[in-house]
Amino acid sequence: MQASLQLLEPSLIDRILAEAFELIHQRGVTVQAPEAVELLASAGARVENGLAHIPESLARKAIETVPRDFSLHTRAGEPVVRYGAGRVHFDPGSSCVHVLDPDTLEHRMSQSADLVRLVQIAEQLPQYAAQSTAVVCNEVPKEIGDLYRLFLVLWYSDKPVVTGAFSPRTVPAMIDLLASDSGGHAALRQKPRAVFDVCPSPPLHWSEFAAQNMVDLARAWVPAEIVSMPLAGAAAPVTLAGAVVQHAAECISGITIHQLAQPGAPLVWGGAPAIFDMRSGITPMGAIETTMLNVSCAQVAKSLGLPTHGYLLGSDSKLVDAQSGQESGLAAIMGALGGINMISGAGMLDSLACHSAEKLVLDAETIAMAQRALQGVQARTETLALDMFAKAGAQGDFLKIPETRKLFRLEQHIPSKVIDRGSLHSWEQGGKKDTFARARERVQELISSYKRPKISSSVEQSLHAMMGELATRAGMHHLPGV
Amino acid sequence: MPGELFRLMKQSIIDGDPEAARELSLRALGEGISPLDAINNGFVPGLHVVGQQFEQGEMFLPDLVLAGEAMKAATSTLEPEIHKVGATRETLGKVILGTVKGDIHEIGKTLVGTMLSASGFEVFDLGVDVPFDTFALKAKEVNANIVGVSALLTTTMTGQKNVVDALERHGLRPHVKFIVGGAPVTQSWANEIGADGYGKDALAAVALAKRLVGV
Repeated sequence: MQASLQLLEPSLIDRILAEAFELIHQRGVTVQAPEAVELLASAGARVENGLAHIPESLARKAIETVPRDFSLHTRAGEPVVRYGAGRVHFDPGSSCVHVLDPDTLEHRMSQSADLVRLVQIAEQLPQYAAQSTAVVCNEVPKEIGDLYRLFLVLWYSDKPVVTGAFSPRTVPAMIDLLASDSGGHAALRQKPRAVFDVCPSPPLHWSEFAAQNMVDLARAWVPAEIVSMPLAGAAAPVTLAGAVVQHAAECISGITIHQLAQPGAPLVWGGAPAIFDMRSGITPMGAIETTMLNVSCAQVAKSLGLPTHGYLLGSDSKLVDAQSGQESGLAAIMGALGGINMISGAGMLDSLACHSAEKLVLDAETIAMAQRALQGVQARTETLALDMFAKAGAQGDFLKIPETRKLFRLEQHIPSKVIDRGSLHSWEQGGKKDTFARARERVQELISSYKRPKISSSVEQSLHAMMGELATRAGMHHLPGV
Repeated sequence: MPGELFRLMKQSIIDGDPEAARELSLRALGEGISPLDAINNGFVPGLHVVGQQFEQGEMFLPDLVLAGEAMKAATSTLEPEIHKVGATRETLGKVILGTVKGDIHEIGKTLVGTMLSASGFEVFDLGVDVPFDTFALKAKEVNANIVGVSALLTTTMTGQKNVVDALERHGLRPHVKFIVGGAPVTQSWANEIGADGYGKDALAAVALAKRLVGV
């Protein structure tokens, strides 16, 4: 039995969906892109004063055409991320503006070299099924910031990518980069490598960029991931159930726009729902209620059979410390048991502002443990214990029997040295290192062992040439981080 | 007797009750109490309590926001009467606030507005997605002391520079102070674009604004 966690009664899910449908119809949703408005209006939505009133029947029809599952592929075309179908994957958090300097513990502006480092680390950790465009490269001109991040990830990684655009101008170029890497637009469509996050603005607002982005991605058949972020108590109802209603309404209205543009195009019901900290005014990603919201939102999507995403493992702590471990640990286990297909956020500190390579390696251990818990307790042998007792003899020496050697790797997650389970003596002999010190060493190991994937020279040349031209046009005459 | 009325006014702010604040304001006018007196000795002490309790961690943002709403209800009822007698209410200064063009994030900016009003500033909130020049035009119109611009996105943050340029173009610098805020904003960004300051949160924004007007 795969372990699972459910927070919503079936009758509560029904009420959440009923209110979500009522919201998008009665109250309406702000949609600012003329093309999206036109799609909605010609399909029967009433549009008045910038608000689209979407009838339930129209929305339900759109939900029906969303693919129940789809995959993201490695450069070699392996479908390693499977959205839908009960799978749980993790990727590092996206778009931080700072990184934690492990020497000074300062949060400094992130640059291309920091992104490269994070990509190199995530590339070698099997816990990360996908890469993300983890930080903003602050030295790169802002108008190409989004596509430059994607370029660097493609340059240094074979894995699928969770990414997103900052403006409508760069979306075609980002898709071209991906197509060039995949061997053309048709190949990319057949085996997508990346998913694009698209963020509605709470409450119930599709900005011109977000709405147009949904239309463009659908038409290009590039997977889109709705990142709805109700902030319970500030930009959403304070109750968790109320915020889940808003999340559902934002997702359903997005699905309607997306599927009207291109029925059957791949789409994820995702988000970064959070509570609102009533003392500091920040969005506490490490709060248990934030985690509960993510699990609940995914549960609503599952009731509709849709692929899911959530934003967890980000900590509000400023350091890789006990608080960050506690917050990320709770979130990882609940998110995994909640069966969320893609959980973004590992490596993040300071809500969503700062990335840390050290936290990324520590979170990998947490994720491995959560994945282990997800597998649950299984009957791996014919008798559960009797045969092993027979073999272990009167002394009960289980270390000696072949089953132990055969099965311990399946039964136990063996952590890296970031997790200390040694004796007090060996800890003392090893220099009495704390978690952060061990994580720093692990980061160094991974940076030294990293090998850049083999990319065919034609693909490499075409990526470099495309990026070079775009960069020159933006006034950047070299490619930092390459 | 004003003592009892003032106590109720103070309490209406602490309770965050705009209805009560409005009724008490009307009652004060009916009883011939000076509206300036009602604001300064009735309602403002309530704001002080709320501000203090917030800083001590005993009150929270919803308490603060509703206290601000109650204060707004009181002043909007009383101010027309103040103007009628040709008086003006003394404030710490006038602040223009808004979220920069291209950005529709409201919460942080609105909180700063609430905190500034609660601290005695007169706030002109231009809302979200505000064109660069609008900040300058409004600052000129009301003779503002401070212009504050919020941006939540790294992509819209660059617009803050356009606002300070607009202030320059309209000849408002350096006597109109320019402050910035928002999640991606840092002190170094503020320095880079020549802002007079940056507040990491609403409380810091109030401290900054007070410093800039010399309080």
